[in-house]
Amino acid sequence: MDYVLALLVGVFVSLGVYLLLSRSVIRMILGMTILGNGVNLLIFTAGRVTRGVAPIVPVGLDTPAGPIANPLPQALILTAIVIGFSMFAFLLVLAYRAYQSLDADNTDRMRLAEPDNAPQPPLSY
Amino acid sequence: MEDTALSGLPPAMIETATALADWLVILPIVLSLMGAALLLVLRGQKGLPVIVAALVVCGIIAADVGLLLRILETGPVSMTMGRWLPPFGIALTADLFGAGFALAAAVVTLAVVLYAEMGRDDGQSRDGFHAMVLLLLGGVSGAFLTGDLFNLYVWFEVTLIASFGLIVLGGTPPQIDGAVKYGFINFLATTLFLLALGLTYGLLGTLNMADIIREAPSADRAALTGIAALLLLAFGIKAAAFPLNAWLPASYHTPRLAVSALFAALLTKVGAYALLRTLIALLPQSRELLEPVLVILAVATLVIAPLGAIAETNLRRAAGFFVISGIGAILAGIAMPSAEGVAGAGVYIFHAMLSVAALYLVIGIIEVRTGARDTRAMGGLYARSAPLSILFFGTILALAGVPPFLGFWPKLLILQAGVAEGGMGWVLVSALVVNAVLVLIAGTRIWAHIFWRNGPEGVAGVNEPLPLPPLTGSGRLAMGATAVLTLIVFAIGLWPNPMLTVGQAGAVDLIDTTRYVQAVGLAEVTP
Repeated sequence: MDYVLALLVGVFVSLGVYLLLSRSVIRMILGMTILGNGVNLLIFTAGRVTRGVAPIVPVGLDTPAGPIANPLPQALILTAIVIGFSMFAFLLVLAYRAYQSLDADNTDRMRLAEPDNAPQPPLSY
Repeated sequence: MEDTALSGLPPAMIETATALADWLVILPIVLSLMGAALLLVLRGQKGLPVIVAALVVCGIIAADVGLLLRILETGPVSMTMGRWLPPFGIALTADLFGAGFALAAAVVTLAVVLYAEMGRDDGQSRDGFHAMVLLLLGGVSGAFLTGDLFNLYVWFEVTLIASFGLIVLGGTPPQIDGAVKYGFINFLATTLFLLALGLTYGLLGTLNMADIIREAPSADRAALTGIAALLLLAFGIKAAAFPLNAWLPASYHTPRLAVSALFAALLTKVGAYALLRTLIALLPQSRELLEPVLVILAVATLVIAPLGAIAETNLRRAAGFFVISGIGAILAGIAMPSAEGVAGAGVYIFHAMLSVAALYLVIGIIEVRTGARDTRAMGGLYARSAPLSILFFGTILALAGVPPFLGFWPKLLILQAGVAEGGMGWVLVSALVVNAVLVLIAGTRIWAHIFWRNGPEGVAGVNEPLPLPPLTGSGRLAMGATAVLTLIVFAIGLWPNPMLTVGQAGAVDLIDTTRYVQAVGLAEVTP
């Protein structure tokens, strides 16, 4: 199971990187999301996947009876998902605003902050 | 039965209340987050938000000073959240470096908050600027004071979302353009950081920094170095080290100047601090293997960044290249893990926060006084405003590291480390000297263009300079905040001893982590 998940993480990350290399902002956002989900899956897998047993200590015992699932990665992922989702929402709005005010979804045409025909450096002094 | 089971386990919960003095660790973070919430409520009140924000930041400065004094007295201070003992509970752990940087960040924020009053009009009173500045300060302070890697990630994201809000404030097309580049690359950097975190957890089973220090030596060295390389990549993007720096000059000049100053002073330094913490304190064995990479990055950043500043005519973009050049000096310190090298890197972060903020604030006043952003349209300001020219020249000398200005002292420490190291150390020493000369050339050229020549490019000089219109109320406040911050930079440069003592003591604690691990309360249970 771990190997399958590890392979899936690899697929997610490569897909994310491929989309991030695109010039279209919308594709970059999708790439960011897929990359983020790949990383979440990686944390999940890194916490060692076990089947079935919930991490609950039975009544009357101080430690769980047998091996249990690791609850910590799930807490980490939950935090990461919430943060990733808010960033995704911001980037989506930003892309829409960029499309509205720059009339561009192509990063090659976004040259307002760094003009293409930059002036020559000053030659005096 | 139950009793024997219980006695066989180490204690997991904190049974006593945390000592009141230890609450100092979390006070800067709590104050900024509560202040941000309060300011969100006060949004739209005329005149009130800036007073509240300034008072809250003053409180944060007081808390940081108290924390620093306490750490000087007793060593690193730690506080664990939520009753679970470390390594399960999340620990906030402050040592001298963390507390010192948090203090510098708060001082810079106070200057910026006062400065930002210049040019604010009633239409902007609902934009939530002050709330986001305090949220940013909270994220930055949290990153400096945390003792847990995952918590560091969370503070990175808090800082990031606040900076997203600040960079698009105003919403002009160049800002949107800059924000797209800033947003994507920084989000990517934190995602890479999260990737490294997942691998660290998989390898070591812990994310508490003190626990990582204990576990790392027995872990697989190759895997750990892979993680360290990922961290270097992620924090390198954050800090804008050379091959990863293109986003900074593309975005930092677009928002309003107070925001640019805050970003340039705080954000890249958080990345540099995270590098210092992870590579020197947490994973020293992996840092050794990565040393050649660090040397190359440091030399490239030191040499190439000031060349960018020489070629630039946009004043703010030139300042962006000065920010990057400072990161090179910090990387040089990280590449030499002797007490001097680490102290140099730490003191340089402290210096860079104050000096870079001062430089940006002075630039802002120059822009307002000349009404231009491009140095080609400036000139002859020396005859019209001598104090401004002195402030600008002083910050340039501080950034270049000319004695007795502030930047000289950390560079001296790093140079000492390089000479003591020999071999690769000499490469770094020569790169640092070349960097100082290049920064001086770039800075004095800009100074000459703005102040020394008679008038703008292509315009015949005026013999009788027209006097500038006097500054109005908020303009005077901005000039005062700038002057005070610059004078602080000058004063610490003239009396560097306290800063150097603290820096060297902090470096000792960062290299020999015994006291740090003890403060978290993990020393007894050695594996």
